[in-house]
Amino acid sequence: MSELELGPVWLSLELAAVTVVVLLLLATPLAWWLAFTRARARVVIEAIVALPLVLPPTVLGFYLLILLGPAGGIGRFWAALSGSTLTFSFAGLVIASVIYSFPFAVQPLQTAFEGVGRAPLEAAATLGATPLQAFLRVASPAALRGYVSALVLSFAHTLGEFGVVLMVGGNIPGRTKVISIAVYEHVETLEYTQAHALAAGLLVFSFLVLVSIYALNRRMPVARP
Amino acid sequence: MATLTLDVVVEREGFELAVKQEIALERITALYGPSAAGKTTLLRVIAGLEERARGLVAFDGAVWQRGARQVPAHARRVGYVFQDARLFRHLSVEGNLRFAVRHAARRADPTSVIELSTVVRELDLSPLLPRRPASLSAGEQQRVAIGRALLTSPRLLLMDEPLSALDIGRKREIVPLLERLPEVFGVPVLYVTHNVDEVARLASDMLLLKAGRIVASGRVADVLERLDLDDLTGGRDAGAVLHVRVEADRRGAAALRLTEQRLHVPVARAGVGMPLRIRIHARDVALATERPRGLSIRNVLQARILRIDADEPINVDVLLDVDGQHLRSRITRDALEELKLEPGQAVFALIKSVALESTTPF
Repeated sequence: MSELELGPVWLSLELAAVTVVVLLLLATPLAWWLAFTRARARVVIEAIVALPLVLPPTVLGFYLLILLGPAGGIGRFWAALSGSTLTFSFAGLVIASVIYSFPFAVQPLQTAFEGVGRAPLEAAATLGATPLQAFLRVASPAALRGYVSALVLSFAHTLGEFGVVLMVGGNIPGRTKVISIAVYEHVETLEYTQAHALAAGLLVFSFLVLVSIYALNRRMPVARP
Repeated sequence: MATLTLDVVVEREGFELAVKQEIALERITALYGPSAAGKTTLLRVIAGLEERARGLVAFDGAVWQRGARQVPAHARRVGYVFQDARLFRHLSVEGNLRFAVRHAARRADPTSVIELSTVVRELDLSPLLPRRPASLSAGEQQRVAIGRALLTSPRLLLMDEPLSALDIGRKREIVPLLERLPEVFGVPVLYVTHNVDEVARLASDMLLLKAGRIVASGRVADVLERLDLDDLTGGRDAGAVLHVRVEADRRGAAALRLTEQRLHVPVARAGVGMPLRIRIHARDVALATERPRGLSIRNVLQARILRIDADEPINVDVLLDVDGQHLRSRITRDALEELKLEPGQAVFALIKSVALESTTPF
């Protein structure tokens, strides 16, 4: 029996944190656009964003493996840029996680922005606020719940992912071996004690995060104008 | 006086707004018309909130829109009071007011800045400052919204039915405040309403909008007395506006002076010597060829018939001159024929006292 390894735990947390930051940066403008656009392309974009919800992780992982691999478009570009491959690397995992968790960030934000609506933004404009100021000082505070939901859901979803990681990242300690993979490996090798420790740890941690977020959410004023 | 030049078209499914008008804005100008006439749309075009607008919008030499190119709303220096107030719920009342100050600062020229302290004092907002918009009554919210719009130091204040969400009591509170806005803050107001009593009470000039077109414009008294616009200016509620001065106001008996004659009402709701605008419905004015005796009606005015409008089968409208002002009377065709009324004839106009009271519904 080996020592309990904490490496996968830190790697999972790091992956989830980086993924959430990237996700919020990308999802916010897209959610904003989806909430307010009158373009017909909107339904197509919404469908693409929602795809990871319905596709099996292995299908998603398979396409990502091809796309990120040295022969794929993104993989070749990355290899030319950095000299290393994207597959079986932390950077590759981040890209895969961002795509995998995209709907979990976009949808709460889009719903929140739609809830805020155009009315307060128009009011802000007549008061002299530029569109960016109106976004930062009116829409974002009013959509705070949406941000919190997006953050929690995409963080938790990234922590819990397994299939996509296995396809794209494999099982390299310190680089791609996250908690879910480690648990799987421990079970495969019948190391139930380690599996228990990691599984229970993830369970308790996830539960505590969700409880504190819901408690925080409840205390926030409903920001529907 | 400021001039607003409009030559705009807004096309929507099943509706087209097309307005070509030069509007001299002085004090309060009412934009009046039935619902779905396009009043709010026109106001939004002026504010820069209507993407689909095409044409020309210019204010005092500054071009706000030419063709499809629009100066964005945030750069126009227009104050806008929305029908539903639209206060920011995540900010306190003070936060809402400071939002306007903060964002308007860079676009105002220092000579015409409206100060926070002035607005708080004039609109009596200090007790509300720390409160959240959600805890305010509809009337208080509207007062804050008016203050917030003023704090952008606008060159033009647009108001979209600011009284429509309020009950009679709240209206009474806000109307005197609205009346004083142009003087106190030096801002002309364009005021959207579908309530003809509000027009008569607040506005000096008016535009009459119907199905996306301006069908009449001018001084309020001139537009309201036009018999051909009856359907738009009130139909059954049609009437005329009289300018009077409060001569006496004792408990339960006030006297309002025209030039020569006076009217008696129970309450004047204004100080002695104050000018007052009152509206008298045509259906509340009866006519007599000689001064009647033994009558419960207390207001009998000497008048001269200017015009008789007999388009309708049952009722006719009679336009009267009373001390140089215009009054309208609606009587039956039978009565007209029996009394043999003709233009130029001297008559007595009988006005129910109660009619006068209902002319100031605020």
